[in-house]
Amino acid sequence: MAGAPLPPSNGGTSWSRLKTPLLLPTWAMIGVFLLIPVLLMAVYSFLTKEFRGGVIWDFTLAAYDQFFFNRGLFGDEPPVIEWTYISIFWRSIWQAGLATVACLLVGFPTAWFIATRPPSQRSVWLFLITIPYWVNLLIRTVSLKFLIRDNGPLNEFLMGLGVITDPLPLVNTNLAVQLGLFYSYLPFMVLPIYAAVERYNFALSEAAADLYAPRWTILREVVLPVVKPGIVAGCLLVFVPSLGAFLAPDLLGGAKTYMIGSLIDEQFKGSQGNWPFGAAVAVVLMTLVLIALFLQARAAAKGARE
Amino acid sequence: MKGVRHYPGFLGITIACLVVLYAPLIVVTIYSFNDSNSITAWGGFSWRWYVDVFTGPEAERFGAAAWNSITIALIAATASTAIAVAAALAMIRGGRFRGKSATYALINLPLLVPEIVTAVATLIFFSAIGLTTGYLTILIAHITFCIPFAYLPIAARLSGIEETYEQAARDLYATRAQAFWLILLPLLMPGVISGYLLAFIISLDDFIITNFVKGAGMETLPTAIFGSVKQGIKPNIMAISTLMLAVSVLFVTLSYFVNRIGQKTRT
Repeated sequence: MAGAPLPPSNGGTSWSRLKTPLLLPTWAMIGVFLLIPVLLMAVYSFLTKEFRGGVIWDFTLAAYDQFFFNRGLFGDEPPVIEWTYISIFWRSIWQAGLATVACLLVGFPTAWFIATRPPSQRSVWLFLITIPYWVNLLIRTVSLKFLIRDNGPLNEFLMGLGVITDPLPLVNTNLAVQLGLFYSYLPFMVLPIYAAVERYNFALSEAAADLYAPRWTILREVVLPVVKPGIVAGCLLVFVPSLGAFLAPDLLGGAKTYMIGSLIDEQFKGSQGNWPFGAAVAVVLMTLVLIALFLQARAAAKGARE
Repeated sequence: MKGVRHYPGFLGITIACLVVLYAPLIVVTIYSFNDSNSITAWGGFSWRWYVDVFTGPEAERFGAAAWNSITIALIAATASTAIAVAAALAMIRGGRFRGKSATYALINLPLLVPEIVTAVATLIFFSAIGLTTGYLTILIAHITFCIPFAYLPIAARLSGIEETYEQAARDLYATRAQAFWLILLPLLMPGVISGYLLAFIISLDDFIITNFVKGAGMETLPTAIFGSVKQGIKPNIMAISTLMLAVSVLFVTLSYFVNRIGQKTRT
């Protein structure tokens, strides 16, 4: 091979010179079709509504004013706090919070149990937990509604056992919505906690046990601080989608379980819609999510320093 | 020492967890074979609702919706996987560069923004630029939110492949393109397949964003099912649900085995 040029061996496989063309499609797609739309949505929340749906390009604070204040039927009374929308947000936070706690109470022991199996069995257990995550969320929610409806299989089963004499009215209650959220996002809680427990060094627990610490004290005082980042990640992965959930409250709940997702959805449907108001509600929701993410990032940074 | 790993009751909770996750799916699967017009009473085993799905009065509507869903999922998964492979090469093999953490945040943005917010923002954007909502707008939205799902397994796989393989190929006078197509891509394949399957399922699964950007007259399977369910759960919906369930289980099983093979060939 005499005379052939020397191969470019140093840094020959480095892709750094090509990084701009390689990243261009990602920047273009997510930048143009998600980042700019989210920013545009924030702009729309300051525009004037048009009555057939859509907007007029006149800047106003009307959408936020409608969200937070009540100025009477004709808008000429002194403003008082408008509780309608704040209470929908409060209810959503409460529902998402309860669903998160329920997921944690079930998800932690499950993740722990899987992570303490022999390595060969773990992937099978994980596989079983992840299958429902891959099933269409709409289908899962519809299936849950079918199961728990007034004359559905669950009530028939319980009445057959003689546990109850009348069917439990579950559908259209807060409990059904919480159950739906719990059911929708449970795998999101199990997976990050599993990852944390799998990395946990059990010598720590053994050391505590050698010093006569009771089992549950070890869990609380030794294990929990170590696996906390996994727990926080799991809680966030359940809480954030629960907060903006649409399907569970819409299909399993009724008028009394109205959540943020339905409130936003309604503003963009047909001629009764109010686009700037819907955009403003979405901006408030996005702000809450950013606060939650910020708190988690700060907790993670603090955990990394310790 | 087994003692510190074992907590009483954790096995019970794990089993309860699986029961909660599977009970609704199993019940719907069983009732989809119910030979009765009522969804409450059991009338014996039958395939009639599956026949109804393909030949019944709603067959045309669901057929068109299924066609839209599947073609959108195929195109979106292909496009987002290709975009994700390119991004992973730059992010994992591109060294340090300005804007790397901003790019990382951008890739993960679709995971951070709540779906309903993405839906609203995308609808507003398409309406502002005057793009008529329909097949194209659904497709653009799907490609965008599928990118991080395709990226994660591909990037994980790529960071586990040492650069020496490509360097060896280059030392033996392979061009950059040859080293990529003949050496790196085959090694990367388990990640690419996982990413593709994940993107496909995520696209097929989406309801909220599609429902916002689909426009009038355009349906995908989830929006068509949602429309029907609003009038009550009918047996043919349970048959369609069971079919989609079967597709999902098939895909997750495929992905599981691809991962197993991937782990065996870990470099």
